[in-house]
Amino acid sequence: MNNSNYTFTSKTKNITIGLMAIGLVSIVAGFMNDKAPEAAAHAVEGATAAHGEYHAGTRMWANLLVNGWFFMGIGLLATFFMALQYVTETAWSVAVKRVFEAVSAYLPVGAVIMFLVLLAGQFQMHHLYHWMNPNVIDSTSPEYDEIIVNKGAYFGIGAGNWFFWLRTILYLVVWNMFQRGFLKRSLEQDLKGGTEIHYKQMGKSAVFLVFFAVTSSTAAWDWLMSIDVHWFSTMYGWYAFSGMFISALITIMLFVLFLKRKGYLPEVNDSHIHDLGKWVFAVSFLWSYLWFCQFMLIWYTDIPEEIIYFQDRLHNYGYMGLMWTVFFMNFLFPMILLMSRDAKRNYFLLTLVASIIFVGHWLDVFMMVMPGTVQGNWHLGLVDIGTALGFLGLLLFVINKALTKAPLMIQQHPYLDESIHHNV
Amino acid sequence: MSKVAIHAIYDDEEPLMATAATLKSQGIKVKDVFSPFPIHGIDGVIGVPRTRIAICAFIYGLTGACLATLMMWYMMVHDWPTDIGGKPSMAYYMNVPAFIPITFESTVLCAAHGMVITYYLRCWMLPGVKAKNPDPRTTDDKFLMIVETSEENKSTMEALLKNGGASEISYKLAH
Repeated sequence: MNNSNYTFTSKTKNITIGLMAIGLVSIVAGFMNDKAPEAAAHAVEGATAAHGEYHAGTRMWANLLVNGWFFMGIGLLATFFMALQYVTETAWSVAVKRVFEAVSAYLPVGAVIMFLVLLAGQFQMHHLYHWMNPNVIDSTSPEYDEIIVNKGAYFGIGAGNWFFWLRTILYLVVWNMFQRGFLKRSLEQDLKGGTEIHYKQMGKSAVFLVFFAVTSSTAAWDWLMSIDVHWFSTMYGWYAFSGMFISALITIMLFVLFLKRKGYLPEVNDSHIHDLGKWVFAVSFLWSYLWFCQFMLIWYTDIPEEIIYFQDRLHNYGYMGLMWTVFFMNFLFPMILLMSRDAKRNYFLLTLVASIIFVGHWLDVFMMVMPGTVQGNWHLGLVDIGTALGFLGLLLFVINKALTKAPLMIQQHPYLDESIHHNV
Repeated sequence: MSKVAIHAIYDDEEPLMATAATLKSQGIKVKDVFSPFPIHGIDGVIGVPRTRIAICAFIYGLTGACLATLMMWYMMVHDWPTDIGGKPSMAYYMNVPAFIPITFESTVLCAAHGMVITYYLRCWMLPGVKAKNPDPRTTDDKFLMIVETSEENKSTMEALLKNGGASEISYKLAH
């Protein structure tokens, strides 16, 4: 089997380092320029009462949370996708498995960033999570909030948010343990072959998927839904999951197309590309479906405590244009452009759609975080885009680095032969 | 010049595929192949044209979406405007989110049923119709390839098919 390695050319490396430099400059500039506005100029009656005035630096911290979540999700869902292939004993994907593994290599990096952003909140360096403010449980304080007190047990409020931190550390550590295990055993199998390691991967993947099924939802509640702490939605976990899933699939597909263009992965044929295209198409629908379900049910019942989420995102702070743009671009582009069989085998169309919805899903996370944190003080300015580019550079750097570490084509796997002869 | 149809039975799909590829390279058209399971890649080798059922599905789906929209507009807006949950249906666009699930379901229903019915009609697989399968063993473990040829070329063709691994050869009158 072809055992050539990928070379991380200095040109590609310089691009990723350049992007990271842009990100660093944006973060520093953002923190230096972000001051509290004189008055809450954009505040509108009916806005979430849970949040007080605007604090300096909130916009940058919110940006770090957006990027922390979005990019970690790519690494995490690549791990999930790998586990899914093992459990279902999928044959076609073996030829591109190394790309899944490389994309999942971002998970440890993303987890550290996510952890640091949350830790900064715990030490009151930012106020993205209103329930982390110790005053909300002090009945003498004007900030006392009975709803948060009633939900307090879920976070461990009053005792250092211990239950929140227990969960956070559990998710991050266990996800990373599984991710490392999958990669380690995959390299072992390259050398040893046989089915023993394959079955071990299957068993571990099944355990991971059960753990992931619960924690992907609870992590979304803990880290994103708790921004709008008075509000709750039972669809939120799935909605966040599908957003991460599609982002990870786009990244995987773009890397496969990139490698094919560079002349790597000669064993990967049009049928593999077609199958990746089908996944992107299908999961785009899953995301649109869940987005719409959450919206429609809340819109239909129109209960004040629920509708506030969409009031904030549509009417209160001027997000309406962005909100609908995000939904329609992430739904319509893949639906119209990727519907036909030929489109799913066309590199140009796939790259075009994937690039558009990559931005679309980043904006989706932006819409999840911003209305609850910076409210009306939002801009989609240079620092926001620069920060995102910086994270993108980091993601590309880590994935490229990971690709060089092992032969690009799996050397031994029970389904390798079947995968190479994949034909749909 | 009369034509004959040669029915060649194979025990495996691989020799059949290889023979079909040889025939194709010599410019001989394979009329049909019967197999107990779908053989990946055979469509290209024996020159089966791409199915057009996807186009039908699109049209049926569009029909379903239009029918559902028309139905809901007539029932909920035009004939008897209703006020559900404080959302009076004065115009269709006002309550569009509520109409989406039904539009979606109707699209799927019409597309799916339309495709199945089209398939049955096109293949003429209807209750009481006799199966067209020339050899019932192809539903179990045999593979059948049909090639049409002229009386003169019969023996050359037979040798070619035998060399490719055919275990049985029989002749039928060509249609």
